Amino acid sequence: MTTAIRPPIGLDPGLLSRDDLLRAYRTMRVIREFEERVHKEFATGEIPGFVHLYAGEEAVATGVCDVLKPNDYIASTHRGHGHALAKGCDVKGMMAEIYGKATGLCHGKGGSMHIADIDTGMLGANGIVGGGPPLVCGVGLTSKVLKTHQVGISFTGDGGSNQGTFLESLNLASVWDLPVVFIIENNGYAESTSNQFHQKGIDVARRAEAFGMPGMIVNGQDYFEVREAAQVAIDRARSGGGPSLLECKTVRYYGHFEGDQQKYREPGEVERARAERDPLVIFEKRVTSAGILPADQFRMVDAEVLALIEESVIEAKAAPQPTLESLLDDVYVSY
Amino acid sequence: MPRTLTYMKAINEALAQEMARDETVVLFGEDVAGGAGTHEEMDAWGGVFGVTKGLWEQFPDRVIDTPISESAYVGAAAGAAASGLRPVAELMFVDFIGVCLDQIMNQAAKFRYMFGGKAETPMVIRTCFGAGVGAAAQHSQSLYPVLTHIPGLKVVVPSNPYDAKGLLVAAIRDQDPVIFCEHKAMYAMRGEVPEDLYEVPLGQARIVRPGDDVTIVALGRMVQIAEQAAKKLEADGVSAEIIDPRTTSPLDSQAILDSVRKTGHYVVVDESSPRCGMGTDLISLVATSDVALRGIPQLVTPPHTPVPFAKNLEQAYIPNPDKVVAAVRAATREGAFA
Ligand SMILES: Cc1ncc(C[n+]2csc(CCOP(=O)(O)OP(=O)(O)O)c2C)c(N)n1
Repeated sequence: MTTAIRPPIGLDPGLLSRDDLLRAYRTMRVIREFEERVHKEFATGEIPGFVHLYAGEEAVATGVCDVLKPNDYIASTHRGHGHALAKGCDVKGMMAEIYGKATGLCHGKGGSMHIADIDTGMLGANGIVGGGPPLVCGVGLTSKVLKTHQVGISFTGDGGSNQGTFLESLNLASVWDLPVVFIIENNGYAESTSNQFHQKGIDVARRAEAFGMPGMIVNGQDYFEVREAAQVAIDRARSGGGPSLLECKTVRYYGHFEGDQQKYREPGEVERARAERDPLVIFEKRVTSAGILPADQFRMVDAEVLALIEESVIEAKAAPQPTLESLLDDVYVSY
Repeated sequence: MPRTLTYMKAINEALAQEMARDETVVLFGEDVAGGAGTHEEMDAWGGVFGVTKGLWEQFPDRVIDTPISESAYVGAAAGAAASGLRPVAELMFVDFIGVCLDQIMNQAAKFRYMFGGKAETPMVIRTCFGAGVGAAAQHSQSLYPVLTHIPGLKVVVPSNPYDAKGLLVAAIRDQDPVIFCEHKAMYAMRGEVPEDLYEVPLGQARIVRPGDDVTIVALGRMVQIAEQAAKKLEADGVSAEIIDPRTTSPLDSQAILDSVRKTGHYVVVDESSPRCGMGTDLISLVATSDVALRGIPQLVTPPHTPVPFAKNLEQAYIPNPDKVVAAVRAATREGAFA
């Protein structure tokens, strides 16, 4: 298969059912409100540790995960909330985990940076940049050996695409013909370092060609573009065609981590992105202007999501801390 | 009034002064210049904790951002050191050692020996370690014993601002590869730091506080824990001597043995994992020496588990003064060997 650098204009919203459209919008809204709320709560000092927010990048996680089956796996990054939510992790379990509570998805052992839920196919947010791509090669191998037709997806940032593990994984997936898709979320920054200072040849997708796989670039703010390209790559993987690389150009709305003053960004950069490239606004516009759904349907989703997030915070705050006895649980299965 | 600085600022000053003195010193790592030059209001992060903030403005050609490619830039530090520079490479968290260990362990650490003494690798890897800030399992480990294990590397673990500055200067001037381990929960700690450039030699322990009844050896942040324990013990009439080895390789074994010879009782407090760790090494040093102990030596460490995220679990994980007091009581129980 030849290397396509840009797919066609994006999926026609009319090709998706109204239920699918509302579900996709809801997922993006859940991610947005979850992140906005964590941002607010973090400022109060009640949430421990490091928190990296995904707001602004909703269309990437959602567009990719909407094509996946429940038994497919994703491996995420330190910026993992959006991926986890899009793959179907429980909102309340995630919120409790971020607060370090016993009711959290990982029983308070992992926190924001390590949210995982194997049952939902979420192999974990990852504190190690470049940790994910090798893991999904393993998922691809399992799928091939056991003939399960599962697909493995790794999400990696533009910064992470410079890690040896990423480049080694492209090669391994390619020579082993693995059913894997490498997603690059190119938001232009690795922490405070703009990609103009950390990579030559800003398009990561172009590296695909060197590894003998297709590379695609899409507007990561447009759900329909992401979804269409993800569908192509995932179908190819599932049918035995091998790996692909999909680069999504996107924006992060908040700092690298909560507390980051972002003085390295141009004044107005984020405000402009919020005004002109917001994935939720773009989605709603495409659907309403095609006359598929009226705006008030979206407002109903907004209200329902806000209530859910509010509940999740109240419950997380009220939840018990892990017991001290649990400190030694789960180091081994048996010892 | 003597001047005080934070642990963070002491490290920054050591770098600034040494870079001004020696133009072969270069500093690189992720976000060390971070963002500088992106637009008009240039700002340099100075790494994720801001430890190197301000250095890019002073030395724009020698403070260099790297891609997230630890294997390449840590290896580049070794190559640069072997060919004429004195690189200081920042590994943001010691937990990331996994992606570049080969370049440290099989390259930098072994050049001199394998090449029959014909190579020198004067490089420093600055990194941070330790629990206490809710950073969870992949950002909280105390891995300095892993590096101490490797012949050819020197390993520094400063416990206060004065030592941090002097040890870093010594590390930069040293001809061997040095791993400089900063405790991330100590960056805000203040202490007296002279303005002039001075060295604290590698391999020389510090007697943090003299005492007669028991020797407590502690490193990094555990020195503070040991001091708190010693105060409690003092109230009960037990006089504890605290020794901070300051560097784990070379190790000032003489200072430890001398102290234990005097007190006859021995406790080690260490934040690394208990198995095959710094603590077991320090216990074996005394156990296999000719110093006669008059009680059973005690080791206080976290349990054998990754570092948990939840605050209460993390606090339970870290050694605390009460555990040290209990260990001292056990170590000084007379007749334990009877
Ligand atoms: C091996 C490793 N090196 C460095 C880090 C520190 N770190 C965490 S996130 C990050 C930047 C990642 O940038 P990018 O991959 O572009 O993702 P983004 O934050 O933009 O989503 C860095 C350097 C790490 N966690 N792991």
